[in-house]
Amino acid sequence: MRAADIVGTAVANSFRSRLRTSLTVIAIFIGAFTLTITNGLGTGINNYIDTQLSSLGASDVMTVTKPVEAALVGEGPAEYDPDAAAEVEANGPPGTTVTALDRDDLDTLRNLDGVASVEPAVSVRPDYVEWASGDSDRYEIAASALGSGMSIELVAGEPFSGDEPQVVLPTDYIESLGFDDNEAAIGETVTLGVTDATGEQHTLDATVSGVQEPTLFGSTASMNDALTSGLYDLQSIGLPDTESWASATLRLDEASTSDALKVELVDAGFVGTTVADQLGAFTTVVDGIILVLNAFALIALLAAGFGIINTLLMSVQERTREIGLMKAMGMSGGRIFALFSTEAVFIGFLGSAIGAGVAMGIGSVLSGVLANGFLSGLPGLQILAFDPVSIATVLLLVMGIAFLAAVLPASRAARQSPIDSLRYE
Amino acid sequence: MTPRVLSTRNLNKSYGSGVNRFPALTDVSIDIEEGESVAIVGKSGSGKSTLMHILALLDTPTSGDLTVDGTDAARLGGKQLNALRNRTFGFVFQQFFLTPNATVLENVILPLKIARVRSGERRRLGREALAQLDLADKAGNRATDLSGGQKQRVVIARALVNNPRIIFADEPTGNLDSATGAVVEDKLFALNREQGITLVIVTHDEELAARCDRRIYLRDGRVVDAPIVDSPSRTEVAA
Repeated sequence: MRAADIVGTAVANSFRSRLRTSLTVIAIFIGAFTLTITNGLGTGINNYIDTQLSSLGASDVMTVTKPVEAALVGEGPAEYDPDAAAEVEANGPPGTTVTALDRDDLDTLRNLDGVASVEPAVSVRPDYVEWASGDSDRYEIAASALGSGMSIELVAGEPFSGDEPQVVLPTDYIESLGFDDNEAAIGETVTLGVTDATGEQHTLDATVSGVQEPTLFGSTASMNDALTSGLYDLQSIGLPDTESWASATLRLDEASTSDALKVELVDAGFVGTTVADQLGAFTTVVDGIILVLNAFALIALLAAGFGIINTLLMSVQERTREIGLMKAMGMSGGRIFALFSTEAVFIGFLGSAIGAGVAMGIGSVLSGVLANGFLSGLPGLQILAFDPVSIATVLLLVMGIAFLAAVLPASRAARQSPIDSLRYE
Repeated sequence: MTPRVLSTRNLNKSYGSGVNRFPALTDVSIDIEEGESVAIVGKSGSGKSTLMHILALLDTPTSGDLTVDGTDAARLGGKQLNALRNRTFGFVFQQFFLTPNATVLENVILPLKIARVRSGERRRLGREALAQLDLADKAGNRATDLSGGQKQRVVIARALVNNPRIIFADEPTGNLDSATGAVVEDKLFALNREQGITLVIVTHDEELAARCDRRIYLRDGRVVDAPIVDSPSRTEVAA
């Protein structure tokens, strides 16, 4: 028999006992459906995290701080370190402090292998934002610098370009500031107010270049470098001229990896963390939950596998004489095996294709409904997303399980002696 | 002298072992020549079906030699064995063994499918074989929708389709009434006469056996000389 004939015959055979095939297909359908949904959940959540990550920083960006603990605990009182006087509060649990970085530290960092650039991380705290030409109220706003390499998902407008101060506003500011819609805000000028160290308030105009969805980390405006440094200069008026920063943003050059550089940084007395590190625990938890859910789906598939074994054993039993006849006509045991295992793989394919298809259909609808309802607080989150690779993996996995299930019945069929089969009543 | 297509020497076949050992065939030495029609006659339990199975390479003897077409059957490997079964033999069974839900044509072309003949070609050959048995109009019918006589003719078409040199028929008319049985017999003997296909018929029906060129009688697994049956000796020489 040709391979095409084997497939054709196997497909025809599986439809011969429709009820039995349908029941087995349903069992596989349930497993494949569950597996597709749980995978979709994982893909959806991880996609969302990835998008959030890219709005925070590129993968080749690292935040570098200088930890206070230089001496090991238990070696007596720590010696006085003049630099340690420059401790500043840092992100982390309350009370977390780091040693401030100065220009020398930045130079040290720049000289490390694999470092493309080092910029001190400045934080700018604008007081308010208003539409310069409208008569809107003033609104409080949180803004963060959008360094090169970071990307944000814009719902309108263009990414930053040029050296003029530019800002990307979150969607929820558009209406409050008096714009008709997202598109209407593009190209308009907004005024940002900032208070300096002496308590005097200054203003700076910026062009709205785009509009973004609020992220998982809140409703934050993004500023380009010109706006950031402009506001920082205004904010720093009246401060003593000692330059120190809590942290620095370090970019890796293409050849080096963050892991290698982290070791280097520790040797030099610094600590480097990537955004992925910061969210690592979160993704680990998500992956763990998905793994457990997938395990449940796999248990369902395992049960379905025994369904396939049962179906095929009955099929072999029913077709004993037919197998004997085919053998008498010179069909080899190997091809009989191929015939029955193909039938199992086809049943597996049928169940998993229908399961995955229905899961994708229901999942897409459900995810759309949830995104506009229950999960509307997390804009941009499609709770169920389906990527072709994981769908293909589900299909192949189920067909693999089906094939394994076929080994026993199919080899039993292949071993049958033609006369015993023909005598079988 | 016509060449021997099948020949056995001191063939033994037994089932079981030890005290349960049961001899099915004892010391069977027969020759079947190309183009002959031979009846293997015996009561049930005489070993005639076992002998046919061994001749058709469906079973192996416990001891003794079997030569098929000059080749020692014991030396055939799995692949050659399958090729020989597929190309050389055709089978007609008492119980038909038709695939119930498949069409008549699909049933007939099964040996060609196994022989890896291309789809178009095998349909053509299948239709030819059906036409030869006056069943051309039944090609699209389901095998289960046919009468017994028609079913057996479909089985003959299936045995014929791969152009075999030997057709083995196990009680070909056992399930048929005498009228339809006669039609099936005519078809089988016509193949023997017109196409020179060697016919090996296993039967306990003396009338059918009488139509064959030669009869081999089996009793309790041994070849015996039967009482002379009054049969018209066939004068036609196989083509």
